Amino acid sequence: MTDQGVKPGILVKILLVDDEEEFVHTLAERLETRGLKPVVAYDGEQALARVKADQPEIMVLDLRMPGMHGMEVLRHVKRDHPDVQVIILTGHGSEGDRELSDELGAFAYLQKPVNLNRLVDVMKAAYEKLKGKPWPTEGR
Amino acid sequence: MSTATEEKTASSSTSSPLLHKKRYRRLLVTAGLSIAAVSVFPLVIMTLINYHQYQEAFHKEMIRPISRLTTNAKRSLEFFLSERSSALTMVIREKSIEELRDQKKLNRLLENMKGSFGGFVDLGLIDSEGNQISYAGPYQLRGKNYSGQDWFHEVSLQGVHISDVFLGYRRFPHFVIAVKSETEPGDSYIIRATFDTDVINQKILDVESHPYDDAFIVNQNGILQTPSRFYGGVLEKLSIPVPPTSYRAKVIETQDARGNPLVIGYAYVASSPFVVMKLSRPGAMQAGWISLRQELVLFLIGSIILVLGVVLWGTRYMVNRIREVDIKRATIFHKMEYTNKMAAIGRLGAGVAHEINNPLSIISEKAGLLKDLLTMSDSTPPKEKLINLVDSVLKSVDRCSKITHRLLGFAKHMDIQHEKISLKILIQEVLSFLEKEASYRNLKVDMDIPQGLPTIESDRNQLQQVFLNLINNAFAAVADDEGTIKISVKETGDGRIETSIADNGTGISADNLDHIFEPFFTTKKGSGTGLGLSITYGIVEKLGGEIRVKSKVDAGTTFTVVLPIT
Repeated sequence: MTDQGVKPGILVKILLVDDEEEFVHTLAERLETRGLKPVVAYDGEQALARVKADQPEIMVLDLRMPGMHGMEVLRHVKRDHPDVQVIILTGHGSEGDRELSDELGAFAYLQKPVNLNRLVDVMKAAYEKLKGKPWPTEGR
Repeated sequence: MSTATEEKTASSSTSSPLLHKKRYRRLLVTAGLSIAAVSVFPLVIMTLINYHQYQEAFHKEMIRPISRLTTNAKRSLEFFLSERSSALTMVIREKSIEELRDQKKLNRLLENMKGSFGGFVDLGLIDSEGNQISYAGPYQLRGKNYSGQDWFHEVSLQGVHISDVFLGYRRFPHFVIAVKSETEPGDSYIIRATFDTDVINQKILDVESHPYDDAFIVNQNGILQTPSRFYGGVLEKLSIPVPPTSYRAKVIETQDARGNPLVIGYAYVASSPFVVMKLSRPGAMQAGWISLRQELVLFLIGSIILVLGVVLWGTRYMVNRIREVDIKRATIFHKMEYTNKMAAIGRLGAGVAHEINNPLSIISEKAGLLKDLLTMSDSTPPKEKLINLVDSVLKSVDRCSKITHRLLGFAKHMDIQHEKISLKILIQEVLSFLEKEASYRNLKVDMDIPQGLPTIESDRNQLQQVFLNLINNAFAAVADDEGTIKISVKETGDGRIETSIADNGTGISADNLDHIFEPFFTTKKGSGTGLGLSITYGIVEKLGGEIRVKSKVDAGTTFTVVLPIT
């Protein structure tokens, strides 16, 4: 694994939630090549536990998962940890879901499959909204 | 909240109505026969009534007068004969043999008799040996012996004799009345009188009444005793057979030797060989009646042929129209079925898209990572790592194609094709579409399908649609996290297999339960076509099966599909 492009000491805490383990691992690995250190969870309960433990700044959340639905996770997170910026990334996109996630306070709503650069751009915007300052790896 | 458990059943054993020409033939025959019967029956009744009325009228105008005239003639003749017999009886009893032997006295007696009773020609006394003792009349018959003649023997035995008409010594038609008297034991005399038949002709038969009429007397052997206007002279054989014995006047309808219609009134005259006959040749009116009777029959036959023709044409037309409508309906049903199937596929499509998006995302990320590894690092990444990435991509592509194939398998053509089907495998296939949804919504799907269940002979595509519709409905009825769907299959023991799909969802109210199999009935406002269950019903019916539903509000619904094994 290369560390190129990662500025030491500047970390953005990212949580990836998806029941497709292969997908979430590959996504994590690719983000790691861009100097990020995401944490993964495979279902809603795990995700809530991680949010509580790690206090992530950005959360990438799938909607349709066995057990707790993504919307429920979003509702809980926004209620208990309103600062967490949640980016919905789903394969089952409907207008209804988009509106509901907006209402519940999701930062963005993306559909699978997503271009990684676009995902990173949205993450950057979310980070700026949260911190009021640019993404720490900016300028790389 | 309704707690009543309602049950609805639909069943049918026929397959597609279009395949059964026999059914329409049967319809044609049944409808044709009943319409024909209903139309012809009153016609026949009317004709019978008409016939009866005409016959009644005919009787009034033809039969009754003849019958009456015959009776009159018969009575007159009987009176004529008995009056003369009585007169002779009185003469032989009251006068002494000496008086009767006396030629002068006998002549005077004859003159007296001629004066009081018509028809006397002569009068004679005959002793027990058959010798004419005395005679008054125009011929010289005194001393003649009659002992060899039949009438002499008969009068000796019977006491009275009325003879047939004969010519005899006198050479003109006459008949004889002879009366026997026993003056002393062992000594008897016979008084014998001869009568001219003209008297009978003129006074009794009254033949001149009608130009078509004929009246005469025959003896029981059919020899004319008086002349007939049309059928021969005195003592000729009558060409018409003598009717059977009847002492009361009877009327018969018959034909003479030349084929002329005849109405004959006749009566046998008591204690004489005579039969009075009155013949009438039907005149214009009577001939009219006979042709009318023929016309009536012809009219009836004509009407029946016409009615049957119209009925045949009408029924054929009607049955053909029904058949056309059936064909149209079947076509529409076929289209509806297709639409429903497409709608079901559309609904599935949304789920399938999500399912495909997952492996696609994996492919996208794996490919992205591959590119990252090749572009963001100067060193060549390890070969093993690259192979793993490519394998992952291939595996995901495989997953995608499985999903698409499954969907394509559902969209196949719709013609009925019978093949051996394992219900277990078929239901599992259908469930594979809904597995993801079940896991996302945390629904429990129980399968209770015993091993060794026989395969059934049916149509795979149609059955997929039936079970997809029913299982989809069950999924729609249950709540997330607590929904349970139980699918059980078992043999019924009468050559059929029963599949139940039970859910613990919202249930269906009794009101709605009455309508759920009707087309366009829906409770899913805005999202349903209202065709699903009506089509399911139609398909099951077409496959020779039966579908039942049981439901209780807030407790759940059970659909049961019973299908024949072959």
